[in-house]
Amino acid sequence: MKIVVAIKQVPERDAPVRIDAAGRWIEEADLQWALNESDAYALEEALQLKELHGGEVVVLSAGPERVGSTIREALAKGADRAIHIDCEDLGQRDALGVARLLATAIQPEDPDLVLTGLQSDDLGYGQTGVILAELLNLPHASLILHVEKSDTGITVKRELEEGWFQNIDLPLPAALTIQSGGAKLRYATLMGIKRAKTKEVRRIAAAELSAPPEAAVVLDRIALPQKQKITQVLSGSAQEAAAALVEKLKFEVHAL
Amino acid sequence: MSGILVVLEDREGRIGRISWEAVAAALQLSSFARQPVHAALLGADTSTVAAAVAAKAVDGVVRVEHPLLQSYTSDGYTHALEQLIRARQPDFVVFPHTYQVRDFTPALAARFGQSLIGDVTSIADGPLFTRQLMQGRLTGTYRHNGSGPCFVSVQSGAFRSDSVTTGTAPVESFTPSLEAAQIRTRPGAPFRAAAQTVDLGSAQLIVSVGRGIKEADNLPLVQDLAAALGAELAASRPICDNGWLPMERQVGSSGQTVAPKVYIAIGISGAIQHLVGMKASQCIVAINKDPDAPIFEVADYGIVGDLFEVVPALTAAIKAAKQ
Ligand SMILES: Cc1cc2nc3c(=O)[nH]c(=O)nc-3n(C[C@H](O)[C@H](O)[C@H](O)COP(=O)(O)OP(=O)(O)OC[C@H]3O[C@@H](n4cnc5c(N)ncnc54)[C@H](O)[C@@H]3O)c2cc1C
Repeated sequence: MKIVVAIKQVPERDAPVRIDAAGRWIEEADLQWALNESDAYALEEALQLKELHGGEVVVLSAGPERVGSTIREALAKGADRAIHIDCEDLGQRDALGVARLLATAIQPEDPDLVLTGLQSDDLGYGQTGVILAELLNLPHASLILHVEKSDTGITVKRELEEGWFQNIDLPLPAALTIQSGGAKLRYATLMGIKRAKTKEVRRIAAAELSAPPEAAVVLDRIALPQKQKITQVLSGSAQEAAAALVEKLKFEVHAL
Repeated sequence: MSGILVVLEDREGRIGRISWEAVAAALQLSSFARQPVHAALLGADTSTVAAAVAAKAVDGVVRVEHPLLQSYTSDGYTHALEQLIRARQPDFVVFPHTYQVRDFTPALAARFGQSLIGDVTSIADGPLFTRQLMQGRLTGTYRHNGSGPCFVSVQSGAFRSDSVTTGTAPVESFTPSLEAAQIRTRPGAPFRAAAQTVDLGSAQLIVSVGRGIKEADNLPLVQDLAAALGAELAASRPICDNGWLPMERQVGSSGQTVAPKVYIAIGISGAIQHLVGMKASQCIVAINKDPDAPIFEVADYGIVGDLFEVVPALTAAIKAAKQ
């Protein structure tokens, strides 16, 4: 099976978020970056499918220079090669604009399976994989925890709300968005890290793939969220705060 | 082109709360955009749910019916709605942000050269749409640019379903042309995981642990607290994804919905998919080292600090108080 996995580099989870001067995005200067969580599961699913059925795993990522480190991480975990779409203006593109870039790069690869994580931890659109399916004219399923090969294609386990699941049969080629938790993530081995250095990373300029499109949806400004409730913050040392909380639970909430 | 189309979800013959919230959002949008609101229902037979919606203050109800819409498929819904939208040419198409809507609306919007403004939490004049970024640590305000329908989905709990008043709306039918060959996926019947052994839904006290706990080996810290309180132990998704606690202890949109007297969230950031499962709790306590963590937006009491110091202190204080 030939599998293309589209991955995104996002700010590290614990990274401080500071709104930039223009109020349209966060200060990126001293951020740490990481592989988006559900994309890590998409990569894992692809690597496991390759181990079972053979084939090739190609990772694809769009973004500036720094994205290279996340691509190397995916190669170190076992992906065979990578495509890096050099793109400085990812933030100016809406979900469709980004998916168009990715789809144009995927098309000539002609894969059996296109995988993405189900949503990014930064913008959280949760749309890229589904739009890719539409642009590449592939059947798709989203929120997938597990993929199994069948006689006619694949059977996938899809997460539904409130602890329910559903199996879906799809023919190949197909596109899937992967939910976290379906498999155990692997770490890159030292050997893997070493090998990654020799693997092919093909760089394509975004401009070669598509002209920067007029975005249909524009992010005007960002802000800190408004509080829905007034939180009573219990301060002091850990012991003082704990004692204050016990008082509240006892005398205000009557729960002790 | 004009009008607002709100597409509702039929859940086993009923309109769920989140779909009524989408109607509320559409009505609010109509107060800015000054356009009529029509509600669409998809299925093989939508008579019962259509009657329920026609008794509300919308301007019309459209029954989009075809035998191939009996059960949900992305292909069936995308083709059917594409035809309806081309025929009616609404300015706005509003959806509830359910897992089903996540599954097909990005493809539907792309067919019109559009991007969905998804998981919207509020709508202001403009119209401007607000949604969360960075897992709830920031909000972003979006606007639609240019022509063509604007696709919007609204977050569960963000609009008030009880603001939808009664009325009498005309009902019309729309029959999309669909062929079996257009539907490329075959969905199976929904099933649940193995029998549940814990009932978090009826627990009075819940201690819930998130990724802040860092390692499975640290879990005894929160287990001790739960034992001292006589509370059930619950968790956010990453804890269950890692297999540190069974999935039946996961609280949130994919897991359990709980409403205990006290919910203590420890090292949990407060992403919306977690909040929907616990925000109805009577009293919410948050212990988190980040004073800006979104969990504090819903907490009654908060301790900003390192859980590795606060939790043992709390366990000791509770033991002392119970003596
Ligand atoms: C379709 C879908 C369904 C989902 N379903 C669910 C669901 O059912 N349930 C669910 O929970 N999530 C669900 N999620 C995931 C959700 O979006 C979040 O990713 C998840 O809830 C985050 O878990 P967390 O808060 O434990 O981790 P994080 O977001 O990583 O937060 C960890 C928190 O711990 C704090 N912390 C770290 N160290 C310490 C310390 N020493 N002391 C104190 N605090 C500390 C940090 O400040 C941070 O706030 C779903 C996501 C999607 C897209």
